[in-house]
Amino acid sequence: MTQPVSPPRDDTPKLSPQVEPSPWRVVVARADVRTLSLLGVLAALILIGGITKPDEFLDTRNLQLVLTQASVIGVVTVGMTFVITSGGIDLSVGAIVALASVWATTVATQEYGFTGVLFTAVIVGVGCGLVNGLLIAYGGMVPFIATLAMLASARGLALQITDGNTQVVTIDGILDLGERDSYVLGIPPLVLMFAVVTVIGWLVLNRTTFGRRTVAVGGNAEATRLAGIDVRRQRLYLYLLSGLCCGIAAFMLIVLSGSGQNTNGNLYELDAIAAAIIGGTLLSGGRGTIVGSVLGVLIFTTITNIFALNNLQSDVQQIAKGAIIVAAVLVQRRTANTT
Amino acid sequence: MAPEPPLLTMSGITKSFPGVRALDGVDLDVLPGEVHCLLGQNGAGKSTLIKVLAGAHQPDDGTIGWRGEQVVLRSPIAAMRLGIATIYQELDLVEGLSVAENVYLGHEPTSAGFVVRGKEARASTAALLKRLGHPEIDPGRLVGELSAAHQQIVSMARALSHDVRLIVMDEPSAALDPDEVDNLFRIVTDLTAEGVAVVYISHRLEEIRRIGDRVTVLKDGRAVAGGLPADSTPTREVVALMTGRNVEYVFPPRPAPRDLPAPVLEVRGLSREGEFEPLDLVLRPGEIVGLAGLVGSGRSEILETVYGARKPSTGQVLVDGKQLKPGSVRTAVAAGLGLAPEERKAQALLMLESVTRNVSVSSMSRFSYGGWLDRNAERDAARKATRELSLRPDNPSALIRTLSGGNQQKAVLARWLLRGCRVLLLDEPTRGVDVGARAELYAVIRRLADEGLAVLMVSSEVPEVLGLADRVLVLREGRVVHTAPAQELDEHRVLDLVMEGSPAS
Repeated sequence: MTQPVSPPRDDTPKLSPQVEPSPWRVVVARADVRTLSLLGVLAALILIGGITKPDEFLDTRNLQLVLTQASVIGVVTVGMTFVITSGGIDLSVGAIVALASVWATTVATQEYGFTGVLFTAVIVGVGCGLVNGLLIAYGGMVPFIATLAMLASARGLALQITDGNTQVVTIDGILDLGERDSYVLGIPPLVLMFAVVTVIGWLVLNRTTFGRRTVAVGGNAEATRLAGIDVRRQRLYLYLLSGLCCGIAAFMLIVLSGSGQNTNGNLYELDAIAAAIIGGTLLSGGRGTIVGSVLGVLIFTTITNIFALNNLQSDVQQIAKGAIIVAAVLVQRRTANTT
Repeated sequence: MAPEPPLLTMSGITKSFPGVRALDGVDLDVLPGEVHCLLGQNGAGKSTLIKVLAGAHQPDDGTIGWRGEQVVLRSPIAAMRLGIATIYQELDLVEGLSVAENVYLGHEPTSAGFVVRGKEARASTAALLKRLGHPEIDPGRLVGELSAAHQQIVSMARALSHDVRLIVMDEPSAALDPDEVDNLFRIVTDLTAEGVAVVYISHRLEEIRRIGDRVTVLKDGRAVAGGLPADSTPTREVVALMTGRNVEYVFPPRPAPRDLPAPVLEVRGLSREGEFEPLDLVLRPGEIVGLAGLVGSGRSEILETVYGARKPSTGQVLVDGKQLKPGSVRTAVAAGLGLAPEERKAQALLMLESVTRNVSVSSMSRFSYGGWLDRNAERDAARKATRELSLRPDNPSALIRTLSGGNQQKAVLARWLLRGCRVLLLDEPTRGVDVGARAELYAVIRRLADEGLAVLMVSSEVPEVLGLADRVLVLREGRVVHTAPAQELDEHRVLDLVMEGSPAS
């Protein structure tokens, strides 16, 4: 005893030994097997890309393109991850992206400039999410049906607005964002936006009461209700959040393509759901991972890119995606059974 | 009775589930054409026994003899093939199919092996329904459109569509009106006249007297009496057999009588149509009030309505004299109510989560600043609450599903302790809790009351209510039939009240 007074030690039950592990060990211990295996898959894909097309794939421009493409669907996937974690589903994300992108690029909207376009895209996304949320949380509709209805109507409305035409963006501020001049340290602004959304999404899901409630609702909605939490309001917020992400993604798509089209966001719902599921978010709810979803998006985008560089047609890509989803879910079932 | 060879002989049937020995060497023999009644309190092993008989559970030990031969009932289909049909309390009908389709589900009359001969199925269903005294049920109607009583008839028709020699009926009268019960009894009498044996499970002693031939009493997984004559065995004796316990629970001592503070919870004329009749109740800090009654007597419904999880038809709930918004769990929780529900896994626990998260779920705003969680404060507070209840293991990040039933229940209690709850509603607090862990849980509940909580508890185990509560309300079919301090009641008296209904005084 070096100190004159030592605290009585036997009164309190022993805590687990508080050894300070090295930071790297903490990272490895916290990253579950699934995240590591996703990283492994991604690394293998990069290896395949590098071997089959060493010049094209590892080219900086190509990598920037891959990340940019991943960014748009990635933002949608972050919102989708929240919805699925809560035990819901949002089939309308692609259609909302389309509607927001065309509404924000009409001649009338473009008169209000950069902020007008951004604002409109976000408001349309949130508005669609509000309708979804109200129908599901307070109208008692099944998420599958409510968002399927939204899918149909939002796409229809998008077609009505554009009449099938491409709406070209004429605002320089928006077009500039897609130019190389605006890259920050070689990173496209869209990728930065995706990174910001990802970090905020991770923080909200893992470090806030909102995230905790999302997980609780997905894990056991009845128990959550009986614990005194407003489950319906939480559900409403979740679809609003998904709509918000769609609005942001629509703006990113406008920047990327310099236009608004009613065919934008086609099948985003499938890509976002698939990315979330292979990332490790439980389709039945109660467990969600933003990191996994982002890795899922990167894996899908990288596959598409490698296939395209190797002149493999989209039919082969689709088959490969399907196989990956099946494999990922089988692995998920296996790990679920063993734990 | 003539020395007739028994139809069914179950001997030494033993069945264990994790932590519970549900059946411990049970013997049961059933004669052709008799009504054999199975009697016992909740948890005595009745449903496990009939599931073994239905082929749904495989016994760990023991033999089953059927018409003189030893058999193994590997599956419900195997039991059905032998001629054993079971009508469960929860009817297993497909609501979206017609009556005839339900009756012949799985053994449809077919042409060429797969074309269903619907007309034939409907015709023979009509014949079966006529035999059951209900020719008015249309075989073509959807089962979902029928009343509960008619659905039960359909279930019986399904049993009779097989060449059945033994029908097991699990509380068939629970959902029926008195008229319908009469018809049920007539059917049972007709069946037995044809030589079909019936195993009849009921809580209602008067029914057993009316139609039963012999009675087997189960208690704590054992058959304490087999083959008693149903009409001549005195009620006292039957009740004594049901209640005489091998397992003695240790209940904490009650505090000396004292003046309690003003009521924290008042329930005025609270009722729910078809579930329970207007109820008045006053609960003071420091007291434990128990609701005793059978399944279906409205116990859980009362607790959930007080808690706001169900909307009342009439009446109010007041906390500190202030009325709660009816049907709102959130206002109830905000006012200081907490519920430990009966179905812990389905209604209380987040099974994928840790102990900490299960405990903190109702108090998250206490550890957050603008929605941002202080996870260290959360864990420390949860740990403090779980330690106070000696939850094991003492590890806040242990997954809740790895805990024993008793410790899971402690996690639920810790949730409300952390929330600063003042009225604790306990629905079957020791359901799924090992016998050994119960005493500890009882002590915890009593200590919480001594510290100023008001506790309203419900249990189907009468000794538990009598041992733990200060005051007891006896319920029968949604109505309070008796109220008394727990010391003035004993188990026999309460069982008399819940089964016979009228206070003997």
